Amino acid sequence: MIRNKTLQDYEQSINQCVRCGACQAHCPAYLQQRNEGAVARGKLAIARAMLQGEVQTGAHLTEDMSMCLLCGSCVIKCPNKVPTDKIVGAVRRELSRQSGVSLTSRAIGAITGSTSLMKKLAQAVRRVSPAVFRKIPASSGLRLRFPIQGMELRTIPLFAPKNLFAYYPEYQPGDPDKPVIGIFAGCGITYLYPEIGKYMIEILRLLGYSIFFPHDQGCCGIPARSAGNGPVIEKLVRQNVAAFSRRRVDYILTGCASCHAGIGELPETMVGPVEEFSSKVMDIHVFLYQQGLHHSLSALPRSTSRIDLTYHDPCHLRTHGITREPRELLQSLPAVRYREMENAGSCCGLGGTFSIAHYEQSQKIGALKAENLKKTGAQYIATACPGCMIQLQDAINQAGLHTQVMHTLELLHSTLTHTADISRLKELLPSVNTNQ
Amino acid sequence: MLNKDLLLSLERIVGPENVLTEQSDRLIHGYDATQKQYMPDVVVYVENSLQVSEIVKLANQYNIPILPRGAGSGFTGGSLPVQGGIVVVLTRMNAILDIDEDNLTATVEPGVVTAHLQREVEKSGLFYPPDPASKEFSTIGGNVAECAGGPRCVKYGVTKDYILGLEVVTPTGDILHTGGVTMKNVAGYDLTKLFVGSEGTLGIVTRITVKLLPKPAAKKTMLVQFSSIDSAARAVSTIIRNKIIPTTLEFLDATTIECIRGKTGLPVLEKCRALLIIEVDGDQEILEKQTDKILGLLTPLGILESRVAADHTEAEAIWDVRRSVSPSMRKINPDKFNEDIVVPRSKVPDMIRALEKISSTYDVPIVNFGHAGDGNIHVNVMVDLQQPGMQATVDKVLLEIFQTTVDMGGSISGEHGIGTAKAPFLRLEIDPATLHYMQMLKKALDPNNIMNPGKIFLETSPEQLAFPTQLQDDPQ
Ligand SMILES: Cc1cc2nc3c(=O)[nH]c(=O)nc-3n(C[C@H](O)[C@H](O)[C@H](O)COP(=O)(O)OP(=O)(O)OC[C@H]3O[C@@H](n4cnc5c(N)ncnc54)[C@H](O)[C@@H]3O)c2cc1C
Ligand code: SF4
Ligand code: SF4
Repeated sequence: MIRNKTLQDYEQSINQCVRCGACQAHCPAYLQQRNEGAVARGKLAIARAMLQGEVQTGAHLTEDMSMCLLCGSCVIKCPNKVPTDKIVGAVRRELSRQSGVSLTSRAIGAITGSTSLMKKLAQAVRRVSPAVFRKIPASSGLRLRFPIQGMELRTIPLFAPKNLFAYYPEYQPGDPDKPVIGIFAGCGITYLYPEIGKYMIEILRLLGYSIFFPHDQGCCGIPARSAGNGPVIEKLVRQNVAAFSRRRVDYILTGCASCHAGIGELPETMVGPVEEFSSKVMDIHVFLYQQGLHHSLSALPRSTSRIDLTYHDPCHLRTHGITREPRELLQSLPAVRYREMENAGSCCGLGGTFSIAHYEQSQKIGALKAENLKKTGAQYIATACPGCMIQLQDAINQAGLHTQVMHTLELLHSTLTHTADISRLKELLPSVNTNQ
Repeated sequence: MLNKDLLLSLERIVGPENVLTEQSDRLIHGYDATQKQYMPDVVVYVENSLQVSEIVKLANQYNIPILPRGAGSGFTGGSLPVQGGIVVVLTRMNAILDIDEDNLTATVEPGVVTAHLQREVEKSGLFYPPDPASKEFSTIGGNVAECAGGPRCVKYGVTKDYILGLEVVTPTGDILHTGGVTMKNVAGYDLTKLFVGSEGTLGIVTRITVKLLPKPAAKKTMLVQFSSIDSAARAVSTIIRNKIIPTTLEFLDATTIECIRGKTGLPVLEKCRALLIIEVDGDQEILEKQTDKILGLLTPLGILESRVAADHTEAEAIWDVRRSVSPSMRKINPDKFNEDIVVPRSKVPDMIRALEKISSTYDVPIVNFGHAGDGNIHVNVMVDLQQPGMQATVDKVLLEIFQTTVDMGGSISGEHGIGTAKAPFLRLEIDPATLHYMQMLKKALDPNNIMNPGKIFLETSPEQLAFPTQLQDDPQ
């Protein structure tokens, strides 16, 4: 039986906080607010007191717990690696259980109850077609992350007319000597940016892999973790584990950083048999890097007209130590002049329900990003997470910049498919199937 | 229960959203890095010195303690509300008001994080040297209150050497200005020095003018391994006797080396019993000469191995050896008593030997490392408090360590302050007349004893001796 870890399950980790305060330097929520309730140390002190029954829940306690982007920035810098992001998830589930109301529902209440936010709502940027929205499963992160009432608040992409499942069959055989790749698309890619899913699948097909893309997969569960919705998380985990057990796969690749964390961290967030599933999860950039794609691409002749491009580290890759792979892949592209951005690794400010409950803070964090982006002078910014793409686009719009946001895979895909010298590419990548 | 009128007045001063009274609010403003927990009555986030002044006046009127709080990273309990009261949080007063490139000064609010100030002045080619290991999160106000130091202090001195002037809200709510913005200033008593290191017991610092230096062009880092602590100590005195003052001279003793063995990127030799990290800074040409000279001086002393970093990455690899200490130490035992004694530089080997003896007498691991250049030793007594009688043993061990330190002409605290953690030991170092004088001063300046009471001196709070570790709600 698979179930969520509870606060009790995290007791030991919670007690490992030595209250040094080092997390203050790394927590984006704290750096905005500069109050103890926003930082990991404060949240852990509350979690500990909750465990010991020494604190009553109050409006500020709930507020403090909502002030977390679950970005994990504190975790990597913590001397004891206390998993505050996971613990906050458990606290939120506990709070929802106690009150019967999820944090998202409260957040929506906060938006609709605030006139300044309502005004912004009135200047609705884009409207979502309810017809499309209805096709998205109720448990999808998109519903939790962008509840219909809150959607008009920010510039978000229009839902794609067709979702990714409509484009590909469940199984596409490739080179029999090559591993079978499971594709975990996630809500962002499936419904908002199916083209990223297409790039992902087509790159892998080009390289000769067999693809298993189960159509009964669900959301990765990160938005539900963010919203403190325990039952939904459990349902999704069971659904995904079952979906990927229908066929033997060697890897389960993700193109969304949050999904990578959502389905890759299950042994840390769940109790039960999830190890086998999670151990196969790998970010597609890491996979391509391990296959040496960046070496092959570097050997291609540099293009004469190159674009200036920078990269934003999604928290959910950075906190797993994945910073080098996407960068080196981008740097290897013949038509790219790579420019590193100052604080490329700082959170974009989306953070699941955070940006709904605290849109202003989220925007401020985004504005810092836009400032650093402007300094690079880059025309394009690539990242590896649809969530970050939405937030970056919003930040760019608010700052009046014209930088284009794209997914790393889009550039990789266009290089692989448009390289004029296809025979040269074939030489470099013996596995490339040019018949495609 | 907090007085309703007091609460309303606080809300009027800073706005209701900046006055926090919920149980969880009080809980998370009642601890610091000592991991002790107390409950304040109310928490207030302030924005300017006028607000602070009004709050202090209220505190006198209602006779309730007031606790200045920065980042809460103190190691000696300075910010703990041991007698309840009003916690005044200064983290949002974090503006850098001025960086004066002509006069080499900066004026800041107390909530500015030390490393942030350093990065900002470095953009103009300037340098604020004090570098506590907590610089990425501790506040300048907290640094001033504790007179924080760091590895660079061998060459550059500690916080007090960089403070030119202060704005202080006194314990009676007046707003004072000490010193100024000039290097020279002898008008009246030197009140600046009085407030620096006063641990928030004599007033709340609301504005700080610091002295800056030109930023050194470059630095060079070395790692040297020795077969004994004595040869490492000889190395330190040889370097200094030859008129080279490195920026940092960090040492790790044999017990520390045992902790990190096999966990470092760079190899630590089998025979290595002491390790020095030496860094020099200045112009590039001078650096080459200095490193050569240092190596020339050390080679005859029988070093096991030396390594000079060729670039920034290699320097970081050397510093990683030092950084690996804290995480690896916890593996010995869960509870750590971290003291920062200081002895005259020449006494470091004697002190280390004394610590080894105390460690074997009481059978508790003691891990030592620190700043060999200024005799500041971080002594870490590693125990498991779950073991019966361990607290009593620790008390004896600490007492013996402090007594030995003082006997060697040292001090029980090099940089972390006294707060509550070391208050019981202050008498070992300071004679009764001096202690009395300090207390008279405190009494004269803070007649109602409301400004961070229960700190430094035991007498202001006799119940101090028994540190409660449990949560306790102050019945005030
Ligand atoms: C991991 C770690 C490493 C550390 N390394 C070092 C080190 O290398 N060197 C070193 O010296 N210290 C070190 N410290 C100790 C600590 O960081 C310093 O004492 C620091 O100066 C405290 O600053 P703070 O902002 O956290 O102050 P707090 O802990 O909030 O307060 C400390 C004291 O200052 C008072 N105070 C704070 N702000 C003001 C103000 N504006 N006016 C008046 N009083 C005020 C408080 O009342 C309290 O008594 C370390 C701590 C940690 C956790
Ligand atoms: S850095 Fe880690 S141990 Fe230190 S206060 Fe934050 S969570 Fe606790
Ligand atoms: S997960 Fe991110 S937002 Fe949450 S406490 Fe840690 S650093 Fe702060």
